[in-house]
Amino acid sequence: MENERIDQIIDKHQSEASSLIQVLLEIQSENHWLPKEALERVSEKLQVPLTRVQHIVTFYKAFSLVPKGRHEIHICVGTACHVRGATRVLDNVQDLLGIKSGETDLDLKFSLETVNCVGCCALGPVMDVDGKIYGNMAPSKTADVIKNYE
Amino acid sequence: MREILLQIDGKEVKAREGMTVLEAARSAGISIPTLCHHEKLEPYGGCRICIVEVEVRGGTQIVVSCVYPVEQNLVVRTRSEKIDRIRKMILELLLAHAPDAFALQDLAKEYGADKDRFEKEASFCIHCGLCVRYCAEVKKKNAVGFVDRGTRREISFIPEIASKECWNCKECFPLCPTEALQAAFVLTKALYSPPHPGPEPRG
Repeated sequence: MENERIDQIIDKHQSEASSLIQVLLEIQSENHWLPKEALERVSEKLQVPLTRVQHIVTFYKAFSLVPKGRHEIHICVGTACHVRGATRVLDNVQDLLGIKSGETDLDLKFSLETVNCVGCCALGPVMDVDGKIYGNMAPSKTADVIKNYE
Repeated sequence: MREILLQIDGKEVKAREGMTVLEAARSAGISIPTLCHHEKLEPYGGCRICIVEVEVRGGTQIVVSCVYPVEQNLVVRTRSEKIDRIRKMILELLLAHAPDAFALQDLAKEYGADKDRFEKEASFCIHCGLCVRYCAEVKKKNAVGFVDRGTRREISFIPEIASKECWNCKECFPLCPTEALQAAFVLTKALYSPPHPGPEPRG
């Protein structure tokens, strides 16, 4: 991510130190992760010590300090989805992408993550790609969903 | 500044408004054990070892004396069976992290805490925040900070700042009750390679 874009985001928030989390969230959502240079830039521009920035980005799960793929796949393994076979869906997706949960593939296309509930248990097993929910998943259906994403 | 009268361990103590119970007790020569307290730093309330019993509105409460402000006619007990029991538990939990820390061992002796009660999870840091707060509040360098959260929380130096500032300061070293800080510093130093080749730090 270019410094100019980071500066734009910071300017949008009037360089307010209290907007730190908002700024970081915006960088995260555009860039999918927070490179060290971005943190340093934010720290400098908002006059917030780097230790503080580091504390916050390691505290919240929404932030990532390692590169993430363009598309984020969340597979629910909460109780309702689990009893309806989420593990098999997860195994299948892992095989398809060749990555384990918590990992990102080499061409930065997908990141895979398990979650514990997305709040629509009646649709279980649930898979969520970039916020779009796919309900009633089955191992046979995952390939059809994944091929829609580039 | 208004004067406040309160009672600590049966002794009448005069305090100024805005003082904490800990400060009032110490000014009267009553000792309360602390691990995360430092005169130059803002109260933190991190270690919980300074808990005391106070009587407010007819009931007793357990409060953290280093952050609890004095009140008129407050009745404070710094040692009681309950307080000792809680302090012993806190110590045992801290000792699971830093079993060999002298500061903890001294207190453990006093409160009869058993350092082997809980399974060791030797991280050596008890999260008192002294180094982090000293660097931020007194030195204003912010070379060291906390990262992560919950059971994985730990202190971490920022190598770029530490390589410039820490070498001639190291004032946080003696503050650390467990010596975890020194270890973190040595680790950072070992892992850090400056971006441009420059003169090696002396030492």
